[in-house]
Amino acid sequence: MSSETTTVHAEGAEHGEHEGMTKKRILKIFYILTAITCVEFFIALVIAPHYKDGAVWINPAYIVLTLLKAYFIVAFFMHLKFEKVGLALAIIVPILFIIGLILVLTNESHYWIGLRHI
Amino acid sequence: MSTAVTQHVDEVKSTPGSGGRSPFNVEYGKMMMWFFLLSDAFTFSSLLISYGALRFSAPTWPSPSLVFQSVPGTSIEHGAPLVFVGIMTFILIASSVTMVLAVEAGHRNAKKEVVTWMLFTILGGLMFLSCQALEWNHLHSEGFWWGHIPTKEVMSEFFKGNVTEGQMAMTSHQFANLFFTITGFHGFHVFSGVVINIIITINVLLGTYAKRGSYLMIEKVGLYWHFVDLVWVFVFTFFYLV
Repeated sequence: MSSETTTVHAEGAEHGEHEGMTKKRILKIFYILTAITCVEFFIALVIAPHYKDGAVWINPAYIVLTLLKAYFIVAFFMHLKFEKVGLALAIIVPILFIIGLILVLTNESHYWIGLRHI
Repeated sequence: MSTAVTQHVDEVKSTPGSGGRSPFNVEYGKMMMWFFLLSDAFTFSSLLISYGALRFSAPTWPSPSLVFQSVPGTSIEHGAPLVFVGIMTFILIASSVTMVLAVEAGHRNAKKEVVTWMLFTILGGLMFLSCQALEWNHLHSEGFWWGHIPTKEVMSEFFKGNVTEGQMAMTSHQFANLFFTITGFHGFHVFSGVVINIIITINVLLGTYAKRGSYLMIEKVGLYWHFVDLVWVFVFTFFYLV
């Protein structure tokens, strides 16, 4: 096992110089995440109160910003961007099944609304 | 004859994907951590999507900006929406950063730095858990709990517009059950993460990884810790913002 570990590290070190996470890069990602969170707060505290019944674009905006944060955490903090494409696909493709569950349950919840009016 | 067969077998196993070496070029434990996190992602998405479905079909919902407008642990009871959860989010993102810094120090085999950053990460985790305890305690003191809702007077403060008492009672029940279940499940993950981080830090101090020649274990627990942060990003959006 230890020899395998060493090979992994040795191979990583060859082209890992500019691909790895340096301290500077880590801080950069941290600032990006904090900035995105601040934008979310800005929408929630400053922009949203202007609309009495809520605007259509606000929730989608939250979701897009959340997915953006998720991208930065998974790609850089969890290092997935620098792994082999095979591993990245093995993790990301199954996640896409969740979209199916979202579609099914969204449809189902509309049906529940209908049930209540019978 | 037999030598030829062995050579042939060895040849087949020499390419990635045919059993020769890992096609993913990661150590076994790290790959398994990824697959565990994938399964955990499914668990959390099921919980969050059920929450979404129930909320979509509900006639009304307790407004997050009214339910979460106090700062538990201080005298601020009203008019500070998102402040407390903002602090919690910041703590968790910051602890994620200290975790990456521990991993980075591990790559350089800098034992002392690894310990320092791991201790900061543990501290961040404990601070987050304390904040969550305060938040739970606050909601509980208002009357929310699994299967319990506040009195009619208290409850009516959490809704915007014209809502009947029956609608308030129904959606408050749903909100309470979902909130405590989902943040509870997430909090339990944070708790496990803190325990795992403590064990790993003790191992670092004992020199286990220095002897092994690699701090790969820090990367594995790091993956788990970032996942906890990742889930919080979603919980935060869907419970506090939407």
